[in-house]
Amino acid sequence: MQIVLNGEKTEQKDGLSIAGLLTQLGIGLERVAVEVNLDIVPKASYDTHLLSDGDRIEIVHFVGGG
Amino acid sequence: MTGNSDKLIIGGREFSSRLMVGTGKYASFEQTARALEISGAEIITVAVRRVNLDRSKESLLDYIDPKKYTLLPNTAGCYTAEDAIRTCRLAREAGMSDFVKLEVLGDEKTLFPDNEELLKAAKVLVAEGFTVLPYCSDDVILCKKLEDIGCAAVMPLGAPIGSGLGIRNPYNIKIILENVKVPVIVDAGVGSASDAAIAMELGCDGVLMNTAIAGAQDPIAMAEAMKLAVIAGRLSYKAGRIPRKLYANASSPLDGLFL
Repeated sequence: MQIVLNGEKTEQKDGLSIAGLLTQLGIGLERVAVEVNLDIVPKASYDTHLLSDGDRIEIVHFVGGG
Repeated sequence: MTGNSDKLIIGGREFSSRLMVGTGKYASFEQTARALEISGAEIITVAVRRVNLDRSKESLLDYIDPKKYTLLPNTAGCYTAEDAIRTCRLAREAGMSDFVKLEVLGDEKTLFPDNEELLKAAKVLVAEGFTVLPYCSDDVILCKKLEDIGCAAVMPLGAPIGSGLGIRNPYNIKIILENVKVPVIVDAGVGSASDAAIAMELGCDGVLMNTAIAGAQDPIAMAEAMKLAVIAGRLSYKAGRIPRKLYANASSPLDGLFL
């Protein structure tokens, strides 16, 4: 399946969960937020929320700012 | 007067420092961490941005202990209420705190707030349980509306963001102070320690700055200067200044003059 991850199209295997995606990317669960098609996914659902073809995913965190 | 009896209370939380500091524009994360430490700030602002998928790059929170500071995520870069609300929701999920610095910008040149969108966003966010600290114009009517909505503080600008022009309209700030009950924090415009002291001498509850420290030739020294200026300004305000007089008033007694 193809997903749009932080604005970039990427190929991923079917049935990938958010937890699986984060592990694959080497991103810790703490201090990030994940949005799928503009809906925030609570951390408790990372294991069970499976991604679908065409999903638009945003993974954000805190950076320096005023 | 100082110490324990002079805490700043925002959204039910107590803070000893009245200086809030941004974490942008520093030369390095080491410098950011050092400046924050020297400043004595307890509340620090952060921005919400995409994770760099190339994990070889370090991130701010590798250098700053989030347990030591209250993170105040901002909505910088948002030009609509909708975008600001979305950013706040993401920030809450990422940081597990309800504190947000709400800014909705009007245009890129002035970075002045779009107050209409700001009010719209504030209403939604307060209803969703956020502790909202809005960056706003130095306008008492607007500040009262933000207070009525349920914002935990109001943060009028002293001058445009990053301009270093200081407190351009101290009378407006004074009028806001006299008419709202929530903490008033001057956000944006401070350039030097004297600007911070002026804000505090007016009676402001705190000052928020980023560029004034990060952009200084020696950010670490300026962080200390700002810490002292905020303390000095607060003490001066609490101590009560003398009235201004047109003519001199001798400090030495006239009695016993032998000439």
